[in-house]
Amino acid sequence: MTAPAATGAPRLGGRGRSVRYRLNAWLPVLATCVILVLMLGAGQAVFGDFVSPRLLSSLFDNNPFLIVLAVGMTFVILTGGIDLSVGSVIAFSGLLGAQLFAAGWPAAAVLPLMVLSGTLIGAVVGVMVAFFDIQPFIASLAGMFLARGLAYVTSLKALPIHNDALNWLLGTSWGVGDWTTTPGVLLSLLLVAIAFWVFHYTRFGRTVYAVGGNEQSARLMGLAVTRTVFLVYLISGTCAGIAGVLFASYTQSGNPLAGLGMELQAIAAVVIGGTILTGGSGYVIGSLFGVLVYGLIQISITYMSVDSWWTYIVIGVMLLLFVVFQRAIAARRRR
Amino acid sequence: MSIHSAPPAAPVLEVVDADVRFVGQVALEKAALRLFPGEVHSLMGENGAGKSTLIKAITGAQRLDGGRITLRGRPVAFSRPAEAAAAGIAAVYQEIELVPELSVAENVMLGDEPRRFGGIDWRETRRQASRALAQLGIDLDPASSLRSHSPAVQQLVAIARAVRTRPDVLVLDEPTSSLDQDEVAQLFDIMRGLKAEGVAILFISHFLEQVYEIADRLTILRNGRLVGEYLTADILRIELVERMLGTTVGALEDLQDRGREEPAAPDARVVVQATGLGRSNRIAPFDLTVREGEIVGFAGLLGSGRTDAARLVGGVDRPDGGTLRIEDRTLRSPSPRAAISAGAVYSSEDRTSEGIIAQLSVRENILLGLQGQLGWRHRMSWSRQRELAGSYIEALGIAPADPEAVAGTLSGGNQQKVLLARWLALAPRLLILDEPTRGIDVGAKAEIQRQIVSLAENGMSVIFISAELDEVLRLGDRIVVLRDREVVGVVDGDLLTPDQLLALIAQGRRRWLSRSPRAARTSSTWRGSRASRTRRCRASSTRTRTSSRRPGPGSMRPSGSCATGRRRRRAPW
Amino acid sequence: MIALRILRHRLFWPIVALVLLVAINTLSRPSFLSITIKHGALYGSSIDILRNSSQLMLVALGMTLVIATRGIDLSVGAVLAVAGAVSLTYIEASPEPGSVGTVTVAVALGLLVTLVLGAWNGFLVSVVRIQPIIATLLLMFAGRGIAMLITKGQITTVTSAPYAEFASGVILGLPVAFLIAVVVVAIVGLLVRRTALGVLMEAVGINPEASRLAGVQSRGIIWSVYAISGLLAGMAGILYSSNIMAADANNAGLNIEVDAILAVVIGGTSLAGGKFSIAGTVIGVLIIQTLTTSITFLGIPPAVTPVFKAVVVIVICLMQSRRVRGLLAVRRRPVAPSVPGTAAIDASAAVSK
Repeated sequence: MTAPAATGAPRLGGRGRSVRYRLNAWLPVLATCVILVLMLGAGQAVFGDFVSPRLLSSLFDNNPFLIVLAVGMTFVILTGGIDLSVGSVIAFSGLLGAQLFAAGWPAAAVLPLMVLSGTLIGAVVGVMVAFFDIQPFIASLAGMFLARGLAYVTSLKALPIHNDALNWLLGTSWGVGDWTTTPGVLLSLLLVAIAFWVFHYTRFGRTVYAVGGNEQSARLMGLAVTRTVFLVYLISGTCAGIAGVLFASYTQSGNPLAGLGMELQAIAAVVIGGTILTGGSGYVIGSLFGVLVYGLIQISITYMSVDSWWTYIVIGVMLLLFVVFQRAIAARRRR
Repeated sequence: MSIHSAPPAAPVLEVVDADVRFVGQVALEKAALRLFPGEVHSLMGENGAGKSTLIKAITGAQRLDGGRITLRGRPVAFSRPAEAAAAGIAAVYQEIELVPELSVAENVMLGDEPRRFGGIDWRETRRQASRALAQLGIDLDPASSLRSHSPAVQQLVAIARAVRTRPDVLVLDEPTSSLDQDEVAQLFDIMRGLKAEGVAILFISHFLEQVYEIADRLTILRNGRLVGEYLTADILRIELVERMLGTTVGALEDLQDRGREEPAAPDARVVVQATGLGRSNRIAPFDLTVREGEIVGFAGLLGSGRTDAARLVGGVDRPDGGTLRIEDRTLRSPSPRAAISAGAVYSSEDRTSEGIIAQLSVRENILLGLQGQLGWRHRMSWSRQRELAGSYIEALGIAPADPEAVAGTLSGGNQQKVLLARWLALAPRLLILDEPTRGIDVGAKAEIQRQIVSLAENGMSVIFISAELDEVLRLGDRIVVLRDREVVGVVDGDLLTPDQLLALIAQGRRRWLSRSPRAARTSSTWRGSRASRTRRCRASSTRTRTSSRRPGPGSMRPSGSCATGRRRRRAPW
Repeated sequence: MIALRILRHRLFWPIVALVLLVAINTLSRPSFLSITIKHGALYGSSIDILRNSSQLMLVALGMTLVIATRGIDLSVGAVLAVAGAVSLTYIEASPEPGSVGTVTVAVALGLLVTLVLGAWNGFLVSVVRIQPIIATLLLMFAGRGIAMLITKGQITTVTSAPYAEFASGVILGLPVAFLIAVVVVAIVGLLVRRTALGVLMEAVGINPEASRLAGVQSRGIIWSVYAISGLLAGMAGILYSSNIMAADANNAGLNIEVDAILAVVIGGTSLAGGKFSIAGTVIGVLIIQTLTTSITFLGIPPAVTPVFKAVVVIVICLMQSRRVRGLLAVRRRPVAPSVPGTAAIDASAAVSK
């Protein structure tokens, strides 16, 4: 092309901004890290022998299902959506597994079916949001009712599960000294890693960000917006199915009341992890940290042996601080 | 390479007999368009002419109800923008359709990132993005955030994205509306480069000067129908505007002429007094005095701080320092609400997102300001609402004349009138109009100019902002000149020559001025018309200074018809 | 043409759904609509529905106002629990649980606390400018913790005849709870439509920035809307605790925010804010309550209710979805998109129209 000679106007130069840009984008995640470290430090100062390999291990061991839920929720929230169905999916998936195991099905068939049950609910929500333009909040609400109802249809009361393969997931403990982990935790971390790769090294992942940043633009840029939005809910549902497997393994049972309010915990973890609820900005790694912060609060409450309802209040205050912090950043950016 | 006289035989894109109908209206009827390789083609028309519908049809955002589109001789029917893009039709819109959260490189490459080992190859992505930008002569760090760049740069990034795939047809839908003159010059250079490569460019702009500078040919639409296709060099401006409007030249001259007849008395009462008002990174502290019945024009390029200054005076943004007095009241913590109750209203340049409430009715939109002042406890009676809204609809000629029509369904010009009605219903002492004539057709433009003059003659003070200097000069008693976020001068409109104003605004930008055919042309015409400014039209001096705190709709009618007896101040064609 | 206008009325589909539900119920059990009089009180399934819908009615009413301003209030369930906890804890601690004075103070105290909680939501949304869904999520989390803090984690039970009247009392043959709901709906309806609150709420909900520039004091409006929502949730909390005569911090108002949002959306108010319909919400509440009742009525285990709710939501959303309407409409053309940039609004409003 005949490069127009006169146009290289110097004032269009923008070099040297990328470092600050990256730093700005990662700032919320860094803040979460700092808070995590501060909380650990404070715990150490108050309780003495707070920070230990055992504690750090249990941070992961207690919440692998929440990590998986948060991964799925990150996809959804990054597009500017929300998925309220995931908590109920845990109940449905768990009970489905319990019934199938009770009927003598092999784990090789049951576990995939448990995951697929989540995928199915995710697909229903995804179709409503992506193809019928129904607000995510409402569509996933329908998904939430559907999954909870299906759970009750499957069984009206809790069912125990006795299956070695399922127990192996969270029942096995691998470790060096006090550092322990379970296959389930490793699975959840693997999912975080895969999600990170998908977000940053696939066109689908970038489209997720683009849709969250500006859906209309993404459409006009010729990106497959509808497909992306659908897939995002499919992924979230699938993650919820996997979380259902992990939760069933954790409780060794299926329960129609399982996962009640867990969608809120997942949302809280994602928000604490620095993802903005309007979409377009955030990192899946942040969501992992969000879950850890959440877990640490739970453990600290137990440590202080105060009543468990303080967890609600502390999480509420925590969320408040984070949300105000995000507000401040957004306000500063606008200026 | 010149196609001015003889277009090559085969158009790259041809639209024939295009029909598009919506509920209750015909958007396109037997419209046609031909685009040849290597030309800049301008699509001209008023609001409602069907320009945007035609563009949507070409870019796959709108299906045709009749007629056909052929691309390189083959009939095409796109159902999505992506299909049109894949077929070689790229588009850049007025609203920058990019994702500010992502990097420049991603915005250029999104959806087409090169991959390696199954994942995106970021190094290659940035390299290709840089190359695409460099080919347009843009030097940007591809890894920087798009958000960190100015709208003009973002617009160029959008163009880089559009032309990266080597389209045969590039649609530029009002790309210049948020660019200053330097940036327009750069854009035009880029367009010339693309033209030389054989790209057919469809260029839409409201600025006639730009059309005459860059377009080889133009197609005029009116009311959804084809008026004609012309070589730009062959059609006079007066003919062009005439065909766009479908009115006679006489009427046009009249409205072009409608300037301010009798400026406000220099010793009139002070309505607004700003002292040291400023806001960091936006506008340096400035002083401003506005007297009763005075029209103060704000002149400056986009980004000169003209909007920021107006927003400060209107109480919209909070100043970092300085004082703002409106009608003997000092606003301690300015807000639109406080300013309105003191008597100053600010009408935003952004009609869609800061003006109209799209889903509410015309009546509710008109009365919103008044109701906001009354507070929620004091609802106006139904009959009073109907009466007030009805009178403004009649006086301003809002169409459709239905107070219950949903405001979002009105045309841009009518929405602007609805907004004007909202502000007038508040009976302000100071009316701040930020680009009230942007993006609306010539007829509505003239109508609004008339209203402004008429209002000022009835004692209202007006601050008027426009990107078009002739508009500011024609209306303003005094001109506040802004440059680089600073007020650089406040000049009596009568004492200012257009070229002086240009020089004030564009100081340090001589390169552009010396090259610009527009600057040369306008200075000479304006200089010639100086003498006429001393003449005053007697008809207007019989104005009724009805000291109404709430000017009734009657006062908004055009003032006397003095224009016919006066020489034209400016002959634009 | 008239048929078309009726068909396009925003309340058309909700009313059809309600009529269908009642018809199904009546067909399967003709006694559904029958009303008998015993001891000066009306009895019957429809009366039960009206009585039982009162809590949801109050909450959904507040939710309608909040949603009209482009907000949402997720905390209503938790606030409801707090109201019961405050009132019953006060009654339990008082020397005379049965006296009218005690009950009056208890109710006033409960409502005051919920008003404060609602105002807190309003503060976060209008002053700190946090997105409503997050701002109220905070209280949704913390609210139950606060309720448990008040009841010290116990289920506080009391015996107080005047307090029980709210849920079980009868005036003129009609349940007191229902009458309370009717009166409150009427008051709120008058408040928003006889004053300019309604139109200002809509303006703020549709275009907050334009409203600000027009001099509308959105802060006060938004603030009061959340405060009203909190207050109404508090009233529902009084009704709930009066019904079971216990403050159950864990289960009071569980998922009621969901039902309330559903009722609002079913009633034709868009979650994107703007035009709202109180009549629509009332119909929405009745649909949900009739559905819940009829499931029990038809001998289906109540635990399955969620499936039915899900089906209702999906069906209603699909019917309101533009794509389905496009498929159904034979020769209806799309309305011209007259304002650039309204596409997003239209898309989100598709649920409501």
